[in-house]
Amino acid sequence: MIPIIVSGTPRSVDATPDTPLLWVLRDNLGLTGTKFGCGMAQCGACMTPVSAAAGQKITTIEGAQGKAVKALQDAWVKLDVPQCGYCQSGQIMSAAALLADNPQPTDADIDTALDGNLCRCATYQRIRAAVHQAASTMRG
Amino acid sequence: MDKIINPSRRAFLKTGTTLGVGLTLAFYLPVGGAARMKAGQGTDKPFAPNAFVRIAPDDTVTAIVKHLEMGQGVNTGLPTLVAEELDVPWEKIRVESAPADAKLYNNLLWGPMQGTGGSTAMANSFEQLRRAGATARAMLIAAAADNWKVDANTLVTLDGMVLHRPSGRKASYGQLAEKAATMPQPAEVALKSPQDFKYIGKQFKRTDSKAKSNGSAQFASDVRLPGQLTALLARPSVFGARLRRVQTERAKAVSGVRAVVEVPQGVAVIATDFWSAKKGRDALQIEWDESGGARVSTTEQRDQYLALLNQPGKVARSEGDAAQALAQAAKKLEATFEFPYLAHAPMEPLSCVVQLKDSGCEIWAGSQSQTSDQATAAQILGIKPEQVKIHTLLAGGSFGRRANPASDYIAEAVSVAKATRDLSAPIHLMWTREDDIRGGYYRPMFVHAISAGLDAQGNPVAWNQRLVGQSIAAGTAFEGGLVKDGIDMTSVEGASNLAYAIPNLHVELHSPKLGVPVLWWRSVGHTHTAFSTEIFIDELAAAAGKDPYAFRRALIQHPRLKGVLELAATKAGWGTPLAPKSGVRRGRGIAVHESFNSFVAEVAELSVRPDGSFSVDRVICAVDCGIAVNPDQVRAQMEGGIGFGLSAALHSAITLKAGRVEQSNFHDYPLLRISEMPRVEVHIVPSQAAPTGVGEPGVPPLAPAVANALFAATGKRLRKLPFETSELRSA
Repeated sequence: MIPIIVSGTPRSVDATPDTPLLWVLRDNLGLTGTKFGCGMAQCGACMTPVSAAAGQKITTIEGAQGKAVKALQDAWVKLDVPQCGYCQSGQIMSAAALLADNPQPTDADIDTALDGNLCRCATYQRIRAAVHQAASTMRG
Repeated sequence: MDKIINPSRRAFLKTGTTLGVGLTLAFYLPVGGAARMKAGQGTDKPFAPNAFVRIAPDDTVTAIVKHLEMGQGVNTGLPTLVAEELDVPWEKIRVESAPADAKLYNNLLWGPMQGTGGSTAMANSFEQLRRAGATARAMLIAAAADNWKVDANTLVTLDGMVLHRPSGRKASYGQLAEKAATMPQPAEVALKSPQDFKYIGKQFKRTDSKAKSNGSAQFASDVRLPGQLTALLARPSVFGARLRRVQTERAKAVSGVRAVVEVPQGVAVIATDFWSAKKGRDALQIEWDESGGARVSTTEQRDQYLALLNQPGKVARSEGDAAQALAQAAKKLEATFEFPYLAHAPMEPLSCVVQLKDSGCEIWAGSQSQTSDQATAAQILGIKPEQVKIHTLLAGGSFGRRANPASDYIAEAVSVAKATRDLSAPIHLMWTREDDIRGGYYRPMFVHAISAGLDAQGNPVAWNQRLVGQSIAAGTAFEGGLVKDGIDMTSVEGASNLAYAIPNLHVELHSPKLGVPVLWWRSVGHTHTAFSTEIFIDELAAAAGKDPYAFRRALIQHPRLKGVLELAATKAGWGTPLAPKSGVRRGRGIAVHESFNSFVAEVAELSVRPDGSFSVDRVICAVDCGIAVNPDQVRAQMEGGIGFGLSAALHSAITLKAGRVEQSNFHDYPLLRISEMPRVEVHIVPSQAAPTGVGEPGVPPLAPAVANALFAATGKRLRKLPFETSELRSA
């Protein structure tokens, strides 16, 4: 059994040690908000931040909390960013990481931070607008 | 209001004819509907006056959507139609996907088949769902009239309530639901006039944005049934190869692997989870017999296609005498255009869950063609279609991929479930990205040649076009409707009906047969015909010494096509110089195209760097899709279509060598990234015409508009996709 802390909750999973985190989340823990898109870190659908300090603390979209994620989710809904929606968990997780470092990003900052997240529906223009809106909400 | 006339290339099935929209719309009573309530069973039963509306005693109104939500917004746009005529607050509307049923839920523009595609959802539903809402409203009013012993004509509705203003009585739809179920269906209901619309044409929020922003939206990949096992399939090395032998011992030894089975489509590894199934599949040792397979190489195929351009093909359209007019023309031009195979690459790889039961089979999928998938499953299992229950979930993109007449991934999953019946487990078949990129069903590779002539005044007098590419419809259930005299209309759509007034027009087609499976890909034939025709018209304008916008405007006959051209040009400031930027060459290009009965013009502005690489800075889009039921979602589809078109124009090509697909994942089949997305401005033409599609029509004009802008910036004509930017290097 492998111990793992997911969104603040200690869990224990029965998976072979070579199993990628994505499949532990999806198949062992049933947390399907984190998506499979390519399996080779090309598309960002599985974007899940690991807390650097603890090394094993994982936050998924289901358990993501905090001001940035909330502001982003609100902006995503307000601007109707999603189309098919499959990539949007990963987009929001990447955007949250950006806002944690940079409370007032430019378009270029957003493009750099989210360039690893593919959206086949090409909702990119609305993603940019929603990140700006979330940043603005957070600045108050 | 305009009549909708045969709006789809998929308007006919082999087995049937089209139903005119709004001519005859019978209502059906689904199980649990009015018929049952008439028998007096239960008091909490909802009121279901027809197959599309259900009203519960708690005032919840459920709109039943027969189309697949794959991002294009049907779960928002179609319920809007119900809400409009039923007169309920938007917040009270719930959305439910319809079960597979060719009678209740057939696509009116396709024939006796349920399915989503050809940008038909709104065109199909505009009258059907409004009528469904209006019928329910009439029955609720009748119920109130009967309760209150007043004339129905004295009653009005407001936000989910029936009101009798003279007496001040009122009742909510939920309170009236049970009684309404006992009211007779009105034979005729009046629909609102557009000037009375409260919801249609307004900006309703999507019904699914929240779930799609917090990870709770359920796709087929996310289905988790008790005891479910995951299956991955090893498919033939080349299309059409057959299994010679397989050694399964090492795969079976992988922890978590429960079974390895041979199925007609390949060898399946079934495991407790994806990763175990993947490791098991990797451990298979398979020998394929490629003797009957398609050992195609793209370079040779290209040579053969180019050679066919010099041979007469089947005539798709012929007006006047193009050969003679060309011979006599003052000026002649000719050019060749090339298009690769393209994979759809939806972000959610193909996936579905199949559970066999004593009574039949249940399937969970994001299906674009439920009833053909149902029939395919039934055939494999030797049961009746009605024994196959399909749960339609959200699709993580599709773009035509899940509208496969061959129902490929459904057939695979059902075959695996059948072969592992002794495991008594639901089977979740998953594709990896490699499976997707290498799995075929591509937009067909095409080459076109166009020659045209101008008279001494620079007017085009002849247009001769020849196209070479595989038929999508041949050999499918769509062949009878889409292939006429050997011409697959999806191969020539957008070319055989060229929008420009050229007196001598001749279009020919070659449809070579190859073993590489092909399929509709967002905007289908228009993906290539808009490119060649809109670049070549630009070339004719340049040869005539005329402005490309003015040249088009003078030759376009359809007023709505001309309307979007003018609107896009005006909004883009056509004719004004682009602001110069240091170190880059800037250019502006225009293209206009009709597809799926919608009209779209796009102006692209771009900057070309010295090394030939370029950025599209801005795209101005004008669209006429009739009444824009949800203008914000029309804009979203144009934005998305522009990004989708740009992705292919910049990056995408599937190539084969000795039958093997050379690409495998996003590193060698790249898609558009956010840093490449231009600023997009969408302008919608106000209209009272019945709505037409928006899912696809934003795609076709993008690539030619960019190519024409590249010409404006560099003087170079790029006629091959994806663009070879090395040709744009500064001298």
